[in-house]
Formats: sequence, structure tokens, C-alpha cells
Amino acid sequence: MDQNRRQFLRGAAGAITTAAAAVAAPVHEALAFGPREPKALPPKAVGMLYDSTLCVGCKACVSACKVANGMPAEQPATLAAWNEGTWDAAEDISGQTLNVIRVYQDGTMARKDREQDGYAFVKRHCLHCVDPSCISVCPVSAMQKDPVTGIVTHNPDACIGCRYCVYGCPFNVPQYQFDEAFGRIAKCQFCNHLQAQGQLPACCDVCPTGASLFGLVEDLQAEAEQRLAVKPGAMYEFPRGKLGGDRVGHTAPMGEYQPHIYGEKESGGTQVRYLTGVPHEKLGLPELPDHSYAAVSEGMQHTLYKGMIAPLALLGGLVVLARRSAKTDHDADPTRTDEEDSSS
Amino acid sequence: MSETAHQPLGGRIVTKPFMILGLLVLIGGYFILRRFIFGMGDVSNMSNGYPIGTWVVLDVVIGTAFGCGGFAMALLVYIFNRNAYHPLIRPALLGGVFGYTLAGLAVMIDLGRYWNAFNLLLPWYAQINSVIFEVALCVMAYITVLWIEFWPAFLERMPPAFKQRFNLHPLQAFLRRYMYVFIGLGVLLPTMHQSSLGSVLLIMGSKLSPLWYTTWLPLLFLISALTMGYGVVMLESTLVQRAFKRPSEAALLTKLSRIVAGLLVAFLVVRIGDVLARGQLGLAFTGDRYSLLFLMETALFAAPVFVLASRRRCANERLRFLATLSLLAAGSLYRMNGYLLAINPGNGWTYFPSAPELMITIGVVCLEIMLYLIFIKTLPVLPGRTIESAGRPS
Repeated sequence: MDQNRRQFLRGAAGAITTAAAAVAAPVHEALAFGPREPKALPPKAVGMLYDSTLCVGCKACVSACKVANGMPAEQPATLAAWNEGTWDAAEDISGQTLNVIRVYQDGTMARKDREQDGYAFVKRHCLHCVDPSCISVCPVSAMQKDPVTGIVTHNPDACIGCRYCVYGCPFNVPQYQFDEAFGRIAKCQFCNHLQAQGQLPACCDVCPTGASLFGLVEDLQAEAEQRLAVKPGAMYEFPRGKLGGDRVGHTAPMGEYQPHIYGEKESGGTQVRYLTGVPHEKLGLPELPDHSYAAVSEGMQHTLYKGMIAPLALLGGLVVLARRSAKTDHDADPTRTDEEDSSS
Repeated sequence: MSETAHQPLGGRIVTKPFMILGLLVLIGGYFILRRFIFGMGDVSNMSNGYPIGTWVVLDVVIGTAFGCGGFAMALLVYIFNRNAYHPLIRPALLGGVFGYTLAGLAVMIDLGRYWNAFNLLLPWYAQINSVIFEVALCVMAYITVLWIEFWPAFLERMPPAFKQRFNLHPLQAFLRRYMYVFIGLGVLLPTMHQSSLGSVLLIMGSKLSPLWYTTWLPLLFLISALTMGYGVVMLESTLVQRAFKRPSEAALLTKLSRIVAGLLVAFLVVRIGDVLARGQLGLAFTGDRYSLLFLMETALFAAPVFVLASRRRCANERLRFLATLSLLAAGSLYRMNGYLLAINPGNGWTYFPSAPELMITIGVVCLEIMLYLIFIKTLPVLPGRTIESAGRPS
């Protein structure tokens, strides 16, 4: 009995040392763990202000996006019999749709931009995060953030299709084309090919009410703050296309907003701002902390693998111990040949 | 007693179970072909809400943990110099060789743009902040190390004339001399990527239930890799002993059991301590899906402790076998929860694997078992000192 107990204790002690030694370095490091420093908005960051109260749900932006990016029209199977291919009814962003307007509905849907018995529109596309998760997880640098404009782009020639960007994006933006033999990741790249020619992103270009408004992120933030400060119902001159551009705006009564500019701080900040009449979580815009999860993940990696010191030190210790085992005990050497006992 | 020469098991290779496994591999192969011709959507239920499915979760995240036998035993035998366990190491290593190699195969099926996979090795594409990048490189390196560690088994089996012809003796001498370096790497690399498999989930944030999301994920994944590694060694030893009517390694397994019990306790202390410290323990008792998964997982981790820590209960082969199954199920469920079942991407997404998708996973696992059987029958893997008395298996 006593013998058993002692053996058990020895076994348990052995187990705990085994565990402790194997994880000693990571544990020690993890105790000193902290998230990586947050990232700053690029100097000339461009973005979009989407004002849900201005959106009339015409989907001109969806259609223009398809043309600008060469994507096919999408139809649910139930609608395929109707004028096949002539109109687009994408239900959400997908491998074929980079941008979509969705509708929130409640009860009688009597009034726009009201949570109860109301309805509201919301636009779904990439928010071009300041500290993007997709870039952090991508093993082959296929996701890139422009150092000046901050546009998050995707390079299919680098991409291996592991889909961790799809998995890790807090907004579920990158979409893999599962139905293609040679599928690729589709995501809004803010029409950077058009911007390079001095044009606006297609969705902002065609928006008839200025609900999708292009501009510098700092200006858009100021505009959003100003709209929040104006009394609901007061007449206001809403710009179209580009904030500070030369297009004619339109005058309309100010919407009744939720007192929150979505996208300003979410997930470490984004380059898109949402003003909505209905709480954002009802519109599929998730509640997120002020830091990016990329900062948590990279903080962990940078702590454990800082200069590769911990792994190398651990390797050194392991090699020394393995060598000692091999030396002190002939049997412990796995390379010992068994030829003397076997066929020869 | 300490003489642990390894010998091939011998016996027929094409047996009835072997042919059944082969059939399952062929079915899997058919669907793999379809996946490459028609795309992943043709065979899989993965979606942009659940872009990671059974191929990654079962074959890689859980499959490599099942392949951690070699890692766990090397740690014990070579690092902690517990030489008594030496007879268990080569079969464990072989399990690792196939567990990891076929996880690599599964990744190639799962990669959406597999023809670009080589980019992982091109320095100008490297993205060193990516946890997946670390996992990918580290697993590739470890597969290489596993084959090197196993290479002596091939060399022993080769006819001396063949070795003479291709001048393999210097290689054998080199491996014998410097094997300790590969053993060191063979412990370091799994420590790195098994913990990183936990770090991968740090990006999930609020998509992962707070019962699982913690900065202790890397440590928990590492400990569970070790418990599953030892579990697989115990399972393999019991199964091989039964199937081929070999002498029992019960004495050794009973000793090993107590180490495993200690590791399970360590896991539970960190796991529950962390949930408690973050003030989320209440979520475990709400009765929703996540709380049930958490309770089931914890019960599967805790139950084997009562068997494995007791010498008397552990001597009962049936109980010990059940405890082994329980701890393997525990580790597997923990990993599946973290990667799949406790993930909620929102917007009403759901996921359940399709039959063809599962058949591919089953096919890969069956291929693994077939190769394992071929190897232990033709190569010196199992301890061979009693082969004469054991007789030839039918």
C-alpha cells in the first residue's frame, strides 16, 4: 500500500515535471503576455460613410459593383425562371458578389429606420480595417493594406486558398468561391483600379442619395459627427459621390440616428463609417471590442517567438538532454541497429 | 528485459479487414477526384460562414494530436530518460509518421488554391505574424524529422548487399551519431505547432464562445496534444496486443497511466481555473449547446483520472481501455469545439458535414491504418523479443 502510494506520487511528480518542462517556456512567456500595439490609420486613408437613413434600397450600388468588377449576376434558385440572368438578387455577399444591400424588417414595417414595426437598409462589404484580421492570419501575404490609402487588397497569385481570412474576419467579408474548381477569394477592394484612374468607387459613384459617400476617413468622421449633432428632422444639405467633391448634393430632413458611429472604433477601427437608425447589431454589424483580435494573436506570437530566443533555448536544452540519454544508455539510442538480432 | 530489439511482425498483408479499409480508401479517392474536378462545393458542406470543415478539424487539428504518440514518448524516454518505456517508442513514432504525413495530404485536398501551396516556402511571400504560417512550416519540418527518426527501421531491414551497393553505411553511422539532434527537434517542433494550433483561435474573438476563448489556448492545446499522444500509445499497444495475440505490455501501461492522469489533472486545473478567473463559469450551466459541450468535454477529461490514477482500477484492462478511449474523445472534442462546434459566425450560418466530405476524411484515416499495418508487418517496428513464442498471426 505504502509502496503503491509512493509509486503513484512518483508517477504524478514525473507527470507534472513532464508537463511543466514541456510548457515551461510558453507558460513563463504567457504570463508576461500582452496584445501588440494598435495600428494607426494610414496618412491618406480613404473610406466610405454609409448613411442607412438615406439609403432607399435601389441596389444601384450592387449592380454597378458587378459591372466595375466583372462579376456575374446572382439569383436564388427560386427566381431563376424569371428573366434568367437579367437581374441581380444576391442575398448576401458571396464569391460572386462583393457588395450587397440587405433589409431589416420588423412587424408591420410601417416606418423606415425604426426598430419596432419598421424596416431599414444596410450595406455589406469590406470595412477596410485599420488592423485587419485577414492580413494577420494570411500565411502568404496575399492580403495587403496599402500604406497610404489603407485599402485592403487581395492577391490571388499568392493565395493558397486556406480560407483563414474567411474564418477570422470579424465581419465575415472575404468569400471563397466553393463552387469553382479553381476558386478564389472574393472581397471588395474599394475599386482601387477605378481610383487609380481618378474615378470613384462604383458604389459611391452611382448612389442617388449619397447614402454611400466616398472621401478621406478623417473628413467622413467629421461629417458623421456633424450629422449626429444636428437635430433630427432639420433640413440638411447631403453631398453625393465624394465628400468635398463638385457634385450637386440634395436637401433632406436629417434622420433619427442611433448615437453611435459604427466602424470608428470597432475591431481597432475601420475605414468605413455607418450611421443607422436601427441599432447596428440588428443590421448584422456585430458588437466588437475597440481592439483588433489580430493584436491579441500577434501579441501572443511575438511573445513566444521573440527573436526565436525561447524556441532556440528550448531546443538547446532538449538536444543536451537527448544526448545525455543516448550516451548513458545504449538502449535509448533509436539508431542502434538490430541487425544482430534480425535477418542478417 | 531492457533488450528491446525490434522485429517485423510478419504475416499476410492482404487480409479481410485490410480489404475493407481499402474499399473505404477507394470511396474516399472517388470523392477526392470529384473535389478536384468540380470544386469543393461539390462534395463539401463548407460555406463562407464555416470555411473550416472536417478536413481540417478531423484530419489536421485532431489527426496530428493522434500523431503525437512519437512526440509524447520521445519526451518521456529521451528527455526524461525513462528508458523502461523504450519498447513503446517505435510504434508510437510510426503512428506519428502517418498521422502527420496524411494530415499534410488532407491539407492539400482542403487548400482552395493548392497549386499555389509552394508559396508557403518562398521567403518573399512569408507572413511571419501569421499563426497558420508558423503551423504550416513547423508541421512540414516535423514530417521530415519524423521520417528521419523512423529511417533506421528501413536501414535495419535492408539487405546488407543493398546497403553496400548504395553506400548507405555512412548514412546509418551519421544517423546513429547525430540522432539526438533530431530527437531534440522532434520534441521542439510539436511543442511549437501544437500550441500554435491553439493560438490560431485567438483571431476568432467573439465568434468563439467565451467558454473556449482565452489566451491560455496555446497551453491547453499543448497539454491536450500530450494526453492524446500518450492515449494513442496506450490504445495502439492494447489493440495490437489483442489483434496479433502478443504478450501484454500492461505493466508498462499501468506506469504510463499515472503520468497521463497527472497531465489530465494539469489540463483541468488550467481549463477550469481560467474559465473561473475570467468569470465565465456561469456559462457552463445555462443548459444551452455550448454549456452542454463544455460539460461533456470536462466529464470526458475528468473520468479517466479516476481510473488512471488508481493502481487497482488501472490493472483492470477493460477499465483502462475505456479510460483511454475517454481521454482521446476528450481531447478530440475539446479541439472540435474550439474549431467548429463553439464557433458562431452569426447571420444564421450552420454547418454539418456532408457524406462525401466525411468519406474523404474516413478514406484518409483508413489509408493511415493500412499503411501502419503494412509497416509493422514488414519493418522492425514492434518489440520483437518474444516473437517466437507469440506465433504467427493468421
